[in-house]
Amino acid sequence: MSVLVYTENWDGKFKKLSFELVSYAFEIAKKINTSVVCVSIGNVENEELNKLATYGASKVLNVVDDKLKNLDVNAYKEVIAQAVVKEAANVVVFAHNNYGKAIAPRVSVKLKAGLATAVLALPESVEPFKITKKAFTSNALANVIIKTPVKILTLLQNSYGVFENAVNGTVENFSPDLCNVCVKTNVKEVNKVTGKILLTDAEIVVSGGRGMKGPENWAGIEELASLLGAATACSRPVSDEGWRPHGEHTGQTGKIIAPNLYFALGISGAIQHLGGVSGSKCIVAINKDPDAPIFEAADYGIVGDVMKVLPEIIEAVKEIKAR
Amino acid sequence: MKILICISNVPDTTTKIKFTNNNTSFDKAGVQWIINPWDELALTRALDLKDAQQGIENVTVMNVGLIDADPTIRKALAIGADKAIRINAEPQDAYQVAFQLAEAIKKDAYDIILCGIESSDYNGASVGSMLAEMLNMPSVSAISFMNINAGKIELKREIDGGQESIEIDTPFVGIVQKGIAKDARIPNMRGIMMAKTKPLQVLEPLAVETLTTYESFGLPKPKAACKKISPDNVKELVHLLHNEAKLI
Repeated sequence: MSVLVYTENWDGKFKKLSFELVSYAFEIAKKINTSVVCVSIGNVENEELNKLATYGASKVLNVVDDKLKNLDVNAYKEVIAQAVVKEAANVVVFAHNNYGKAIAPRVSVKLKAGLATAVLALPESVEPFKITKKAFTSNALANVIIKTPVKILTLLQNSYGVFENAVNGTVENFSPDLCNVCVKTNVKEVNKVTGKILLTDAEIVVSGGRGMKGPENWAGIEELASLLGAATACSRPVSDEGWRPHGEHTGQTGKIIAPNLYFALGISGAIQHLGGVSGSKCIVAINKDPDAPIFEAADYGIVGDVMKVLPEIIEAVKEIKAR
Repeated sequence: MKILICISNVPDTTTKIKFTNNNTSFDKAGVQWIINPWDELALTRALDLKDAQQGIENVTVMNVGLIDADPTIRKALAIGADKAIRINAEPQDAYQVAFQLAEAIKKDAYDIILCGIESSDYNGASVGSMLAEMLNMPSVSAISFMNINAGKIELKREIDGGQESIEIDTPFVGIVQKGIAKDARIPNMRGIMMAKTKPLQVLEPLAVETLTTYESFGLPKPKAACKKISPDNVKELVHLLHNEAKLI
């Protein structure tokens, strides 16, 4: 028995998300009297792998293979499926991100193991295995029962939290049999920004809507974001107009985020936008329309002209930071 | 080349979500139905490539649903799909839907199979990858760009902080997200008329079990009322975030 976690790495490093998954898996393992085993794919230093024990991983399977250099979903599925069998896993946990969403369903079919995606909390019961997931783009919740002996979950980021559960951890090299796996995904080029806070990772997000009036007014948003160590985002009309890149669009069809603090500046808060940000722990809304739906989702709000209010917020934040 | 797009019939994205039968099923009363937004973007890109004469002869859409999905399927035909297939089963879980699709897909040879990254109703984000596994085909997820260049498929997939450019041989399953096409097409009168004469084939489902059961639904807890701060006292907001919420 075990609870298996796929802990993805980013250029050899784990993130808060990885530790959240392990913390979450540790609680499930406690409920079924077993321990947590992580699978790490790619070159990660032992020192980094050992960090997983702090959050409750008793064992880390360290997998390094040339075939796994880039994400080939079929090859990654093979690794996880073989690890599930080797460790007799009862529950398999992935992040509900691009990797988890790509790999988990293939593992589900391969092992005929029921899958619940976008889960928000620990299972309500383990016998039957009942768990709550996001539905209707955060406008509802669904209670799902997984009926198969092996259960697969993808956990929404920032829905559980990071908790330390120090255990004695071991690292074991694991070489799955990939002889029959033919890598079909031919990655030609990788383009990515480094050094910038990623929208999906950010604890704080400063986001602008049409109320910002034009791309020339984004300096204020960027200044506030840099003061707070935040990422910048925008509403759909803003990215459609080309004021900001598509990668910044948060909302139902754009990025779904769940930061601790979300600033909605000049965003009216259409239901599609809220679908992408309603997982935020705290929402601050600035809008001149007192009836804007964003105020129904917000924790703090100012009814006023964002052009006037934003510079004052920046000044007040500077004062606090200077203390 | 033949492209298949799997489409889901979902409530309009502005629908007020309600449940019925003691919170065990979605209340369909008065709901407008649409093509799942990401599936619609996939369809749009396929049609753009067909129009650009990139070697695509046929664009087919496939749905697992009952007869009430037909208006949504007709809309896909009206915006330009050549053919539609509906597998006559009520969707119950991702495994059952993917199984029905896979069995129907095996009857024909498609070069590219596209699915939206998730459906806006059950947010499963599972059917595309499950389908690929059942068909033993490669799959690429989070595709935000697709082109066909001299028979070669060029894709871009979203990764944290950027994109990867990928080449892949057919057949494959592509799971697409925003960016694959800009705006969905709006059907015109000619398209709507033509859609009435295009083939919509109905297949009977095969027996298959589900791996999960949707037991009940609920609504998120209502949020506490928004704390309003006067625009003349912006400092107060920052102090609350610092001292009360302790977030900055």
